[in-house]
Amino acid sequence: MLENKANPTFSKSTGLPRKRFYRARAHSNPLSDSHFPIPISPHHVDYSLHYPQFFPSSDQVHSTKKVEFADIGCGFGGLLISLSTLFPESLMIGMELRDKVTEYVKERISALRVANPGQYQNISVVRTNSMKYIPNYFEKGQLSKMFFLFPDPHFKEKNHRRRVISLHLLDEYAYVLGVGGIIYTITDVEELGDWMKACLESHPMFEALTVEELEADPVVKLLSSATEEGQKVARNGGQTFQAVYRRIQPSS
Amino acid sequence: MEDDAPMDFGESNKDIEVAPALIAVHPNQESVAVAVGSDLRVFDVHGDCAISLVDDSSKGSLHKDSIRAIRYGASGKLLVSAGDDKLVKIWSTESWRCVSTVCSEKRVTAVAITNDGLYVCFADKFGVVWVVDLDGTDGQAVAKKKAAQLLSHYCSIITSLEFSPDGKFIVSADRDFKIRVTVFPNKPLDGAHEIQSFCLGHTEFVSCLAFVCTLEYPQGFLVSGGGDSTVRLWDIYSGSLLDTYEVGGKAGLLESNGREEECCSVITDLCTNQDGTLVAVAVQGLQEIILLKCSLSARSISLAKVVPIGGETFIPTRLEVSFSTGLLWMVTGVSNLRGFEYPSLARVRVISGLKSNADFLQNEPFVLEDNEIPGGRKLLEKLQGSISFDEKVFMAAAEALKTAMSNLLIKKQYSVEKREFRKKTRNDRKIKQ
Repeated sequence: MLENKANPTFSKSTGLPRKRFYRARAHSNPLSDSHFPIPISPHHVDYSLHYPQFFPSSDQVHSTKKVEFADIGCGFGGLLISLSTLFPESLMIGMELRDKVTEYVKERISALRVANPGQYQNISVVRTNSMKYIPNYFEKGQLSKMFFLFPDPHFKEKNHRRRVISLHLLDEYAYVLGVGGIIYTITDVEELGDWMKACLESHPMFEALTVEELEADPVVKLLSSATEEGQKVARNGGQTFQAVYRRIQPSS
Repeated sequence: MEDDAPMDFGESNKDIEVAPALIAVHPNQESVAVAVGSDLRVFDVHGDCAISLVDDSSKGSLHKDSIRAIRYGASGKLLVSAGDDKLVKIWSTESWRCVSTVCSEKRVTAVAITNDGLYVCFADKFGVVWVVDLDGTDGQAVAKKKAAQLLSHYCSIITSLEFSPDGKFIVSADRDFKIRVTVFPNKPLDGAHEIQSFCLGHTEFVSCLAFVCTLEYPQGFLVSGGGDSTVRLWDIYSGSLLDTYEVGGKAGLLESNGREEECCSVITDLCTNQDGTLVAVAVQGLQEIILLKCSLSARSISLAKVVPIGGETFIPTRLEVSFSTGLLWMVTGVSNLRGFEYPSLARVRVISGLKSNADFLQNEPFVLEDNEIPGGRKLLEKLQGSISFDEKVFMAAAEALKTAMSNLLIKKQYSVEKREFRKKTRNDRKIKQ
C-alpha cells in the first residue's frame, strides 16, 4: 500500500513509468504557436542535461561528440530504446510535440538508466515542434539518420501542409542530414505512404536505397517492430508502407 | 493558423489593420515611389512630374487593399508592388504601365527581383516564397503569369526577402527568429532545395535584411534588424553571427514615461550605402536615424552617428538609400488611421551625405529642408498627397503602427486558463457539436 502511494505512476515490478498515466491526445496541431522554450541556435542546446555520461559538465558541450540520429515524432520512444543498444556509441534524440508523451519518454529513459547501469546513456528526448525548429537543434550535415515512423496521416487535403514529410520540409531535412545520411519513413496508411514516397522521389537531394541495401541495414527491420505504433499495426494484422532514402549531393 | 481562431475572448475590439507607408527609390534616383494603404504614388524626379500609373487589367484602384511591399529592380526597368489584395503587379518604369499581374493565394508580405531582372520572387503570410518568370513580359502586352513555389518557411510570416549581391543566394527572414539562406538555382521554377545556412541569433522576429558589400568583399555580408532591438552582421556562407549592435539602451525615448515592459524597441527598417561603410537604421519610437559604421575587414558594426530628425514627430517607417546620390529617403505614415480627417498619412524626408565614407566624414549628414529635396514641393505634393499636417496625426500614426506590428509579429502569450478556454471554443469543435 505504502509503495503504491509513493509513486503509483511507476510499475512496481519493472520500475518503468506506466503508460496509462501519460494519456495524451493522439494529435497535436503543428501550425499553432509554440509555448515551450526553443534553443536560439544549435550551440545553445545544453547536451550535458541530455547525456550526462557523455558530457559530464556543460563546458564540454562543444566537444566533438554530436547527436547523430533524430527520431522525429518519437511517440513513446520504442525505436530509441531499441536503437540505443544497437548503436551504443551514437547519440540520438527523440523529438515529440505532445507534452505528456515527452514526459513519459523522459521517465522511461531515466528508469532504464537506473535499471541498467551504463546503458541507455546515449538516448534522450525533447519536446519541440520539429517542423518549425529543426535548424535550431542541428547544424548543417550533423545527422546521419532521421526517422519518421507512423506520422500523423492528415487525410484532408486542406491539412496536407501539416504532414511532417513534404517537399519543402525535405529541404530542411536535407540540410541537417550529411551526404550519405538516411531518412527512414514508414506508415500503415497507404495514401500517406504514397505521398511520402512521391515527395522523396521528386526531391533532387534524395535517392532510394536498393533492395540489397535495405536488406543489409539492421535498422530497417526495427521500423515496423520497435515502435508502439508498429506493434499495434502488427497486432491488428495491418499492412505497412516504408520509404527509405539516402541524402545525396544534388547535381548542379 | 492562429488567424482562424475566434476572437471572442477580450479581443473583440481588435483594431482595424493598419499598414505602414513604404518607399522605394529608383537605383539612379530617376523616380521615387511611395505606397500608403492601397495607394501607389510615383514621382518622376528626372522629368520633374507626377506619374499616373496605367493598368489595363483592372478598373478603378490599382490595388484593392494595403500594399505591403514595393521595390525597383537593380536595373531600374521594373517596379513591383504587392500586398494584402493578393496581387503582385509588375510595372514598366518606361511606360509606367502594368506589364504583369500575378495572383497569389495568400497575402503578400515581401518581394524581391533577381539581379539579372529575369525573375520576381514574392513571399506570403503562410511562409511560402514564390517565383515568377519574367520572360515574355516585353512591356507592351499585359501578361497573366503564374507563380511557382520556390521554398517555404514552415507556416511563419516571411518579413523580408533579399538576393545576395552575386545573385547566388536568396535570403528570407521570418517571424520565428529565423533567417534562411538558400542557393538560388539555375531553374528556379523547379524550386530551391539546397539550403546554404540558417542565420540564428535573433531572439524575436526578424524585421529587415540588407546586404553590405565592398570592393574587397564583393560577395557581401548580411545585416539584419529585429524585434529584439538588435542589428546583427552575418556571414551567409556559414550562417555565423559576426557582430551584434544593441539599440536597446538608446531606444524607448518616446515611451520612457512609465511603461517599462515595452522598453524593447523594434528595428523597423535598415539599409546600406553604396560603398558598404554605413548602415542606416530606423527604430520604432525613435525620432532619429542611427547610422552604424560597418567594417567588413574587422567583421564589426559600431555606432557612427545619430542623426536627429527635427520638425514634427517624424518616426520613419521605411528607408532607402539612393546609391547614385547618397541621399537617404525616409517615409513615415499609415493607412486606415481612424479618428482623423485624413484616413492616411504619408510624409517624406531626406537625409544627405551617405554616398561614401569620405562623403560622410567631410559632410555631416543632415536632414534636408522640404525645398531642398530633389523634386521639391511638387514631389512632396504627389508622394504625400498633402503638404501640411496636423502634428497629432504623427503621434497617432506611430502608436497605431506599433500596435499593428506587435499584433502581427509578436506571439501572444496566454495564461493557462485562457489557453484552455481558447481550446474549448475552437472553430472546428463548434461545428461538430
